[in-house]
Amino acid sequence: MAQTLTVAIMDAPYEAAASTTAFRIIASALRKGIDVNVFAYEGAVSLTMKGQAPHANPVKGTTVEEEDHPTTKDIVSALVALGAEAPRLTWVNCGLCVDERGAGDWIDGVKRGGPADFLKMAEGSSATLVIPTK
Amino acid sequence: MRILNIVESAYRATLEEQDDTVLWLSRALRNAGADLTVLLRGNAVSYAVQQACPTLSLGALTIQHPAQPNDDLAKLRAKGAAVFVVQEDLDDRGIDKQRCVEAAQPVRRAEIATLLEEHDQIWHW
Amino acid sequence: MSDYVLIESRDPFDSADTGFVADTAEALRARGRDVTVYLVQNAVLATRAGARGSQVPRLAKAGVTVLADDFSLRERGIEAGEIAGGVRPASIDALVDLVMRPGAKTLWH
Repeated sequence: MAQTLTVAIMDAPYEAAASTTAFRIIASALRKGIDVNVFAYEGAVSLTMKGQAPHANPVKGTTVEEEDHPTTKDIVSALVALGAEAPRLTWVNCGLCVDERGAGDWIDGVKRGGPADFLKMAEGSSATLVIPTK
Repeated sequence: MRILNIVESAYRATLEEQDDTVLWLSRALRNAGADLTVLLRGNAVSYAVQQACPTLSLGALTIQHPAQPNDDLAKLRAKGAAVFVVQEDLDDRGIDKQRCVEAAQPVRRAEIATLLEEHDQIWHW
Repeated sequence: MSDYVLIESRDPFDSADTGFVADTAEALRARGRDVTVYLVQNAVLATRAGARGSQVPRLAKAGVTVLADDFSLRERGIEAGEIAGGVRPASIDALVDLVMRPGAKTLWH
């Protein structure tokens, strides 16, 4: 039977190194065939906002195309694709956190939930990792 | 599944938010049936001090109901969650125990390992 | 018997709290537990042999396995020859393996 890892994250996009580390852990677990649950709490619910757009870089003099840099929603989409079947990635945004941030227009593969869902995911998992914000 | 919620971060966005979001999450988890213990360490030991956050007016707007961590700790205790506070972290901050609420029970740093051993999950926030 | 994986993301130059992981790791080792500290992000800044305030020597002396995230090391230009004894570079895959070991308890600091 596949193992399951639940990860709770909190950091808003583009603010902390921990977000990238979380992405790396999630990707690694999926590559190993481990099902992954993500509970995005607080600022982390903004990682999946559909309205994110890449930009040119006037300091470096590069166009959007030349920068070719993903937004966090693109990264999460890639993880969702990695975990589309088996192993499976289940990404839950904390609903109240979404509401107060206006972050409700999210990419495909994400759902709304709350602390009770986080508890249920943790109870059903082989391991749970909480990555706090600072 | 016995969960130890270690709270270290304190006063982070506690006026923008309605609550300290980790104490709030702790209460929500407890309400959902979690077997939960809360350990306050680092700056979060300040939540064990008797306090009442003042309201804040900005232009025509007033934040009338800021976070009240003493209340959160009392409610956690009332729901059967154990709440501990690291004594040496209080001492480091010059906090007199007379100023502390009853809801938080002091533990020594040396007892933290025991708490880790007694719980199945260690969630450090 | 539980194993412990303590993930340290903080460095001693920016944080006054890196002693928490070291204290906890030592205390658990004293109880006979298998403890791994995985240094990630800026925590790897403490892996250079000459780094002041690093908890690495103390951890190694206590018999804690100290791993440093290889990506974080490369990102910060820390070369193999600079790393203190007692620290081993490790992949994020290795961290996931540790976290997923049955009975392991993991804490991120």
